[in-house]
Amino acid sequence: METLVNTAIEFTAEGYLKNMDQWTPELARELAAKEGITLTDKHFEVLNWLREKQKEGVQLSMRKVGASGIVDIKQLYALFPGGPLKISSKLAGIPKPASCV
Amino acid sequence: MKKILILGAGTAGSMMANKLYKALNPELWKITIVDKDENHYYQPGYLFIPFGVYQPEDVVKPKKDFLPKGVNFVISEVAKIKPENNQVILRDGSLLQYDVLVVATGTVPVPEETEGLKGELWYKDIFDFYTFEGTTALAKKLETWEGGNLVINLAETIIKCPVAPLEFAFLADAYFEEKGMRDKVNITYVTPNSGAFTKPKATAMLNQLLEEKNITVIPDFYLMQVDNARKVLVSYDEKEVPFDLLVSVPVNKGDKAIINSNLGDEDGLGFIPTDKYTLQSKQFENMFIIGDATNVPASKAGSVAHFEAEILIENILSYINGQPLEAKFDGHANCFIETGHGKATLIDFNYDTEPLPGKFPFAGVGPMGLLKVNRANHMGKLAFKWVYWHMLITGKHIPISTHMSMAGKITD
Repeated sequence: METLVNTAIEFTAEGYLKNMDQWTPELARELAAKEGITLTDKHFEVLNWLREKQKEGVQLSMRKVGASGIVDIKQLYALFPGGPLKISSKLAGIPKPASCV
Repeated sequence: MKKILILGAGTAGSMMANKLYKALNPELWKITIVDKDENHYYQPGYLFIPFGVYQPEDVVKPKKDFLPKGVNFVISEVAKIKPENNQVILRDGSLLQYDVLVVATGTVPVPEETEGLKGELWYKDIFDFYTFEGTTALAKKLETWEGGNLVINLAETIIKCPVAPLEFAFLADAYFEEKGMRDKVNITYVTPNSGAFTKPKATAMLNQLLEEKNITVIPDFYLMQVDNARKVLVSYDEKEVPFDLLVSVPVNKGDKAIINSNLGDEDGLGFIPTDKYTLQSKQFENMFIIGDATNVPASKAGSVAHFEAEILIENILSYINGQPLEAKFDGHANCFIETGHGKATLIDFNYDTEPLPGKFPFAGVGPMGLLKVNRANHMGKLAFKWVYWHMLITGKHIPISTHMSMAGKITD
């Protein structure tokens, strides 16, 4: 947690990175630890895919991650239990998946 | 003579046909619009049909009444789009050639995407309300339903009009209360999102509505399967929600023709990769996409299609004049949200700005309250039906800024 405290990285009230360019793999590992997740290569494949799609301006959904060829939806749940898209977005440094209100 | 072809004569396609007809010289440009259905449906009205506020006939009119006489209206299903050859093939095999293509083929609910959703209980105890058939069948069901667990479920996060299921829950609460049977109905809102509301200000201002109306919210529930025999929803992480009456918002996909032509996003949902600012196809420079058919991160809603149309007409004119596409869509959406008992709230937002509280300036009408629940917003929602038929789809000017304005909004 030390690095988080000592850097100028800004988060939203719900813990999402405000600027996705401040993301680093180390930061992802630290945030994952808070969620009780140890990141593997598979996790990082998902996170990198999410970051790439976010940059392309694509609206993300669980179904889309499931069609990415990296994981299916069940595997996504196994990697990020509870709320997979929410948690993976947080760890990928991209905005919270949200509806319009 | 050059040719503009519009696929889809719904809200977005009809607006574009009217705007293009007005803007282009008919001696130089021939405009053709194709749709499989001769009827135009006022889709925002579907929400009100189950509760008897609107009758089915209130929401249907012939499409031809809203298209300019000089536009060639073809009633047919589109079989395939061949952008490499600038061609569209219709169901009967006939071929349409174009110089500029506008794709406004919308989105459709596809209950078949979810195991058991369109099973033996479909239109018996399970209904959608985003189709004319679904909403009219549900209206009949509610007339005689004696109560139990009413579950409203979103099968997916990317859906047309994401506020409509919430409005349905609010209107259902009021409907059963007015029928004197609210104590016999449990209303549960089951969503794959992190809550019924997901944006900070909207959550702060509106979340208490759910509590007041005694609507239970089950968040982070991603539907895998509907078990018809046991009447339960099952999520991917094996949570279960029992229902007596399920009002479902199935997975939304793009038109079949988009999927069959391999023009959709790589996820197979059939939404077309579109530049989120110019609305030009990311693949073909003479192809433009508008409304629910795009993959842009904006709401799939009529107001979005309207603001997009204002941008797209400029960009198509620039394109055919060989100029750069300078008009930029900002993701603007503007929606009334019915909250029941003759009241509603209003949201106004874009790609970068979440719905904020404050006042929404409305020329000629006066300011409307943003994120406030009041009667004026409900009157606005009802008045919109007239605006839709008489102004919106025929492309007339509506006094709301195309780009979202911060005027009246409270940022802190």
